[in-house]
Amino acid sequence: MAPSDTELLEQHVDQKYEAGFVTEVETETFAPGLDEDVIRRISELKGEPDWMLDWRLKAFQHWQTLTEPTWANIEYEPVDYQAISYYSAPKSKQDGPQSLDEVDPEILRTYEKLGIPLQEQKMLAGIAVDAVFDSVSVATTFREKLADAGVIFCPISEAIREHPELVKKHLGTVVPYSDNFFAALNSAVFSDGSFVYVPKGVRCPMELSTYFRINAPNTGQFERTLIIAEEGSYVSYLEGCTAPMRDENQLHAAVVELYAGEEAQIKYSTVQNWYPGDPETGVGGIFNFVTKRGLAAGRRSKISWTQVETGSSITWKYPSCILKGDESVGEFYSVALSKGRQQADTGTKMIHVGKNTTSTIISKGISAGHGQNTYRGAVKILSGADNSRNFSQCDSMLIGDQCGAHTFPYIDVQSPSAQMEHEASTSKIGEDQVFYCNQRGIDTEDAVSMIVNGFCKEVFNELPMEFAVEARKLLEISLEGSVG
Amino acid sequence: MSLLEIKNLHARVEEQEILKGVDLIINPGEIHAIMGPNGSGKSTLAQVLAGKEDYEVTEGEILYKGEDLLEMAPEERAREGIFMAFQYPVEIPGVSNVYFLKAALNAIRTHRGLEEMDAMDFLVYVREKMKVVKMDEALLNRPVNEGFSGGEKKRNEIFHMSVLDPVLAVLDETDSGLDIDALKIVADGVNSLRSEDRAFLVITHYQRLLNYIVPDVVHVLIDGRIVRSGGKELAFELEDKGYAWLEEPLGAGEPVGA
Ligand SMILES: Nc1ncnc2c1ncn2[C@@H]1O[C@H](COP(=O)(O)OP(=O)(O)O)[C@@H](O)[C@H]1O
Ligand SMILES: [Mg+2]
Repeated sequence: MAPSDTELLEQHVDQKYEAGFVTEVETETFAPGLDEDVIRRISELKGEPDWMLDWRLKAFQHWQTLTEPTWANIEYEPVDYQAISYYSAPKSKQDGPQSLDEVDPEILRTYEKLGIPLQEQKMLAGIAVDAVFDSVSVATTFREKLADAGVIFCPISEAIREHPELVKKHLGTVVPYSDNFFAALNSAVFSDGSFVYVPKGVRCPMELSTYFRINAPNTGQFERTLIIAEEGSYVSYLEGCTAPMRDENQLHAAVVELYAGEEAQIKYSTVQNWYPGDPETGVGGIFNFVTKRGLAAGRRSKISWTQVETGSSITWKYPSCILKGDESVGEFYSVALSKGRQQADTGTKMIHVGKNTTSTIISKGISAGHGQNTYRGAVKILSGADNSRNFSQCDSMLIGDQCGAHTFPYIDVQSPSAQMEHEASTSKIGEDQVFYCNQRGIDTEDAVSMIVNGFCKEVFNELPMEFAVEARKLLEISLEGSVG
Repeated sequence: MSLLEIKNLHARVEEQEILKGVDLIINPGEIHAIMGPNGSGKSTLAQVLAGKEDYEVTEGEILYKGEDLLEMAPEERAREGIFMAFQYPVEIPGVSNVYFLKAALNAIRTHRGLEEMDAMDFLVYVREKMKVVKMDEALLNRPVNEGFSGGEKKRNEIFHMSVLDPVLAVLDETDSGLDIDALKIVADGVNSLRSEDRAFLVITHYQRLLNYIVPDVVHVLIDGRIVRSGGKELAFELEDKGYAWLEEPLGAGEPVGA
């Protein structure tokens, strides 16, 4: 018999903490500034073991020796790292908006268009919601199912406490803290993020989504994700949410590490829609500096990145694959849209180490308004990687004549038996195409969104069904008003 | 009231005058053919009717259902029933033909105060229309015109026309590049849509299409002007004599005296 609503509600209230989706934290926000003491306090607040603190401190020491990279094709005011607060407690009810009436109507309009239920709208807008009944009960059911399969899916802060041996074994092995400036910073101060462990031979029974980690406030800023797929397992992970989430932190520096064992497969999909800033000035937009890398460790491991990047004022992001195992496979499918004053410098790195490894890169860049879109990709085929293959296709579409598209494909082939195939195109959204649509009764705005969606189809096809529908809608909304 | 009334139409593109005073009246139910040598302005006329921005109308007017057509945006014209089969249909990668047509039909239906058609009803409706132009079902799910052969593109235009149910259809050289079988299919498509409230303006370079689509009136467009109009016999005459005899003003070039 189905439990009554009250029973379910009670159950969910009880399980909320148990589920680990709400971590108990002190209601405290640190004063701006970063030093060892700040890191010690973060670690302490999270109840971390010593090895974790040591690692954070080493990362911090290393970070201090680094300077911010400048090679990307982006321009922004320098970030003052001492002016940022590195720990802020979840907003109390009084701080956030009290009701939807206080939320930017523009954002509400977007929620409506995306068809987001009212309760979730409130949650996304940062209104404290006592019981997000639907999502949480769904999340709870999911968790039981996952537990039955032996899959661990929890906040990384919890994993550090509950599964230290797994975290210790893998954290920082794919993206070492010394990897780059932002990775070092993240390693020192990361607030929270997701942890996934899929045991040997297990096919994760559902798509895992951060969407269900509905109340992880302020984890957006320095998020750390670790996904481990043991031999012969499969997992599909969805990051982000098509709805614009409220976030007051301007600087984001996330790290994502994926480990795929022999014949294991990880599919990682992202929809990124952070605030892009004022369309005229770019003021207030999120700076998104992300390091994402997957290790295809064993024979026939497979890692697949799919991303739809429509938000942020600055995007600096290169989800990459290290194809270490023989016959391992890496894929990167990307749609990046820059409009207004947005700047995106994104792409991938495919490093072929094992023999008979294969990588595929499909990148679709769309620039509108004053947007600048750069594809930056590297394909490296090392000398032992016999008979490895790469296929790259980088297409850019321009809407209007004040935007820009740039492509920097780096290729380094050290194996004579490698096969490389590269295609690139840049097209202005065809006036003739728009006119053809007009002539059939379709107005220009719909025509542009249709043409752009068609342009991105190969990437959308890679997204899980529901996400694809949302991504399409999102692109439509993002393009609104970008044609005169 | 006539359906379309073009009065003293002058149009130019990039500073060059192409149409130099075109007059044309089309009534509901009629089929008009426009013939003329390459570069005479046939496509320009079609594009001006459809509302392509590149063509600037410098003089004259066009009334459609008694209203000023030139004031209307291209999509408005389409929703009001003007359809143009393009001489060179464009490709829209990644957008399936069926999705495109559904969006188009529903935009038109909404404008006409009709309910949008849902996916199921649309599919039934569209399958019916496909028979008319003997379209391969596979072309329905392929991206609009992408990778279509020349003949398939032209047939697809006629297919779009039959789905969108226009009031005035302008066919710009839909026959060129078609073999005789494809030509017949296109003609059958047009003939099956012939009705007393629909009119056609058929632009062609060759007389042979007019064997299958029998026009009520034939016009000859040369150098941006309609130099002669007549019945369907005019087409045969053109077939025999070419355009040269019409290119010079009447009476000129004849030896005078001596
Ligand atoms: N978009 C354009 N830009 C420049 N010239 C054009 C354009 N369209 C047509 N023309 C010129 O106008 C003249 C008439 O062209 P068009 O109307 O296509 O003739 P037709 O269809 O009768 O062959 C030609 O000289 C052609 O070069
Ligand atoms: Mg022409």
